[in-house]
Amino acid sequence: MKFWKRLMCTARRKSPWLFHMNSGSCNGCDIDIIAALSPRYDAEQLGVLLQGSPRHADILMVTGPVTNNAVSAVNTVYGQVCGPKAVVAIGSCPATTNVFIDSRTLSGPLDKHVPVDVFVPGCPPRPDAIIAGVVKAATLLAERGNDPPKTAVAIATAEEVQP
Amino acid sequence: MNPLLTALARMLIFPGLLFAVPAAWFFLWVERKAVARMQERVGPPFMQPFWDFVKLLGKSTPPRPGIAGFIMRTWPLIAVSSAAGAVGLLPVLPASGGFEGDLILLLALLELPSICIIAAGFSSRSIFGEIGSAREAALSVSYNIVFLLAIVSIAASQHTFRLEALATMPSSPLHWLGVLAILVCLPAKLHINPFSLPNAEQEIYAGPMTEYAGPELAMWELAHGLERVAATGLVATLIAPHIFAPHIALVWAVSLLAGCLFVVLSVAVVLLLSVLAAATARLAIDSSVRFYWQCTLIFAVLVISSAIFVRFRS
Repeated sequence: MKFWKRLMCTARRKSPWLFHMNSGSCNGCDIDIIAALSPRYDAEQLGVLLQGSPRHADILMVTGPVTNNAVSAVNTVYGQVCGPKAVVAIGSCPATTNVFIDSRTLSGPLDKHVPVDVFVPGCPPRPDAIIAGVVKAATLLAERGNDPPKTAVAIATAEEVQP
Repeated sequence: MNPLLTALARMLIFPGLLFAVPAAWFFLWVERKAVARMQERVGPPFMQPFWDFVKLLGKSTPPRPGIAGFIMRTWPLIAVSSAAGAVGLLPVLPASGGFEGDLILLLALLELPSICIIAAGFSSRSIFGEIGSAREAALSVSYNIVFLLAIVSIAASQHTFRLEALATMPSSPLHWLGVLAILVCLPAKLHINPFSLPNAEQEIYAGPMTEYAGPELAMWELAHGLERVAATGLVATLIAPHIFAPHIALVWAVSLLAGCLFVVLSVAVVLLLSVLAAATARLAIDSSVRFYWQCTLIFAVLVISSAIFVRFRS
């Protein structure tokens, strides 16, 4: 039983599958997510795969400040991701709503609606910071397993991975 | 040796489950790694398909009550068992047994995963699953004409439906033409680019697999891997005896060599398919169907006519 638990822990750390969701972003962060998965940064060597269906994903990556129209979509997609799951907020928008703060068309930031595990700040963040955030989320998933998410959150920045 | 014991050993040890499951993961890795290297990437680590499988086993699935949920959970299991059975039937080792008509059983088992995918897409009630299933159905009707005609022509020219007789038949132009025709059909059978239409990633989410999660998805991944082992293994068993003629008296050495050659040839076929996958983009469904109905039908006509010619001459 203990062996199985350790095996599962390693497997969760080594195989983070992503689902990418845009909640009203300007597409800057989305472009950098694509860059992180491109041959130049090659996230696949860490086992990262972008999945087409939220049912297959472990990590939900949300960009954008969560507009009023996007709230129900964010909740639906979060419910469709099967547990154990983690949420990574990509960019400053889902963290603080950024320059759109106090706009009446927004109902952000993201952690008002779903529990966020890792914030990757930046406008947009660098691809290496996004990869660092995904790795952090995968490590969190491996540690906590099926337990509910804790309140403490992690922040990933490019300085951690750049010399 | 007891024929029942031999059959069990083939099904469970080599080339059956004990060999086929690690081979399935290995082939999935070879494909991903080869595509990555061709795109100048490092690519996934060696154990990646295994970690993916274990992780998927540990994930939860959405509750699906009633008979609809039961049916949905059954399809991946049928797909895995039929693909594993197909691998177990392959005459890899010389004089490994088999029975008259096992070719027909192999063809049926190779076809079953594709039927399971179609049924799974429709039973998941997802619109993306239904689109994927419809594409899979259209594609399987197109490539199977050439695939089945090629194998049946080879068999008809030898007057037998026994796999072992086909694997050891003398080399002839008909034989190589048949192998070529099977190779042309493999990308569509294994859903590799440019025929990755049924599970077109991103385009229709994940096609028939859209609603599957956790252990059920793990079973589908395994089924895809086993299908690769079975389909490339079929090509390898058809080619192998013409490269390696058993002159050695030792049975164990012959078996070992035949096993190694089988693995090497299968990996070569997987690499060939990966080159194709990396070099091409996904075709539209009408172009794919047109390709198989118009361009590859020439293979079908050639193998059928040469099979008739061989029969009349003998």
